[in-house]
Amino acid sequence: MLELQDVTTRYGAVTALDRVSLRVAEGELVALVGPNGAGKTTLLNTVAGLLRPASGSITFRGGSIAGTEPATLVRRGLALVPEHRRIFKDLTVEENLKLAGATVGARTRKVRVHEVAANFGVLQHKWRVSAGYLSGGEAQQLAVARALMSDPKLLLLDEPTLGLAPTLVDTIFELLVRLRAEGRTVLVVEQNAHRALAIADRGYVLRSGRLVAEGTGRDLADDPHLFESFLGGGIT
Amino acid sequence: MTQFVQNLVDGLGLGGTYALLALGISLIFGVMHLVNFAHGELITVGAYTGYFCSKELGGSWWWMPIAIIGACVAASVLTERIAFRWVRNANPFTMLLTSFALERLSHALWQIFVSPKAQAFPKVSWAFDTLTFGSVRIEKMDLVTIAVTAFALVATGLVFKRTLFGIAVRGAAEDFDAARLMGVKANRVILGAFAYAGLLAGVAAVLILMRTPSAKPDMGSSWLLAAVIAAVIGGMGSFPGAVVGGVVLGMLETFFQSYLPEGTLSYLNDAFVFGVIALVFIVRPQGLFDVAHAERV
Repeated sequence: MLELQDVTTRYGAVTALDRVSLRVAEGELVALVGPNGAGKTTLLNTVAGLLRPASGSITFRGGSIAGTEPATLVRRGLALVPEHRRIFKDLTVEENLKLAGATVGARTRKVRVHEVAANFGVLQHKWRVSAGYLSGGEAQQLAVARALMSDPKLLLLDEPTLGLAPTLVDTIFELLVRLRAEGRTVLVVEQNAHRALAIADRGYVLRSGRLVAEGTGRDLADDPHLFESFLGGGIT
Repeated sequence: MTQFVQNLVDGLGLGGTYALLALGISLIFGVMHLVNFAHGELITVGAYTGYFCSKELGGSWWWMPIAIIGACVAASVLTERIAFRWVRNANPFTMLLTSFALERLSHALWQIFVSPKAQAFPKVSWAFDTLTFGSVRIEKMDLVTIAVTAFALVATGLVFKRTLFGIAVRGAAEDFDAARLMGVKANRVILGAFAYAGLLAGVAAVLILMRTPSAKPDMGSSWLLAAVIAAVIGGMGSFPGAVVGGVVLGMLETFFQSYLPEGTLSYLNDAFVFGVIALVFIVRPQGLFDVAHAERV
């Protein structure tokens, strides 16, 4: 589904990603973990087309996509739920979803808005509310719902549980599992490294822009050494 | 009282015209973070279109508005394609300079290829006919201006609220990258914003020219200044703010004009208007409407 080969991304003179290679197979749920500043967000933004890699190749569903405009990638089936959600606070919940359906025709959009709304019951009560007034949990659900409007094959999520209360964190992890059950491929960046790895098929550990470990989610989750040395301990 | 009502009508007419232009400024600022100093030149383009239509094609005011609006839309779209698209990712100062350059270029081209002198063409015959309501006499053109402006603003409100294009422009104004991630094509939404800003400027140009049908190379600058001030009063990037800012500015100008005593003080009209605006910014530096996301690029 997705394959990165020696991808390097720089911000000016700073190398944020250093020759990173990873792959996500169809139907997999893959977790990408690592300490702050490791380059996790940079990696997702590079894949989604917001950043252009300095070198290396990115292949998605058999085609090269490095440096492709995000609007084009969404149409090919790759959606990103960005860091800090970035829902449109001035737009209503309904308008957020409509806008996210920009990739499909008007009729499909209408049907899909209702489908997505039915799957995220909490949003239905806030249909005409400006998204700026949503709680953190509602906002995160809207962010995911918005990404699903384009019916992506591969969904990238950047810190979906950031700033959420523990019960809501559970909801989001259940949502990730449900997305995989629906047949979507998921690549998630998470601060709750242990929990993310526990539900993931496979995981990658990124540190200072480099991949330092990879394996099945279970193996990584059970590796105490990993948490000590790369994730600074204490993170659960 | 009579005087007051007449001023109110005049102020609404002038303010409405400012609002149409300010909305265009705000729209483009929203999607590009550019204060487009070439926006006033669309009025000039409209004026010369009117002049050529009259002179060469024996233009009638029945169809000239369409030609003028069409020319404004085309000119606005053209500036995006030939100039702004290439500096979109440059720093804001470069974009600002590009817009200044376009403004100066426009002045120079009309001077060289037409004439530095004002070119007049026939006005609408009924423009200054008056209607009498009790003791109040109102020019027909004032009522037309208010009606057309109100219609244009309501229609714009519906476009922004109901159509995918409108929602996309609002979304892109708040967070451009997030809009791209949702599948909004950057080129298309920006070109659309320029086309819509051109449309609104075209409507404003028609209203201005029906009253004073004359084309002069630098005529756009004073309208531009008013529009930028109106957009800033409202809170740059806020669409309702641009409308309110336009009306406030139009009202201020009209009322000072009317109530300042004849003589020295009436020459200081602008000073009074800008004095009030300065006070507004002392109290509310962010403008009348908050734009929480204006700082984020």
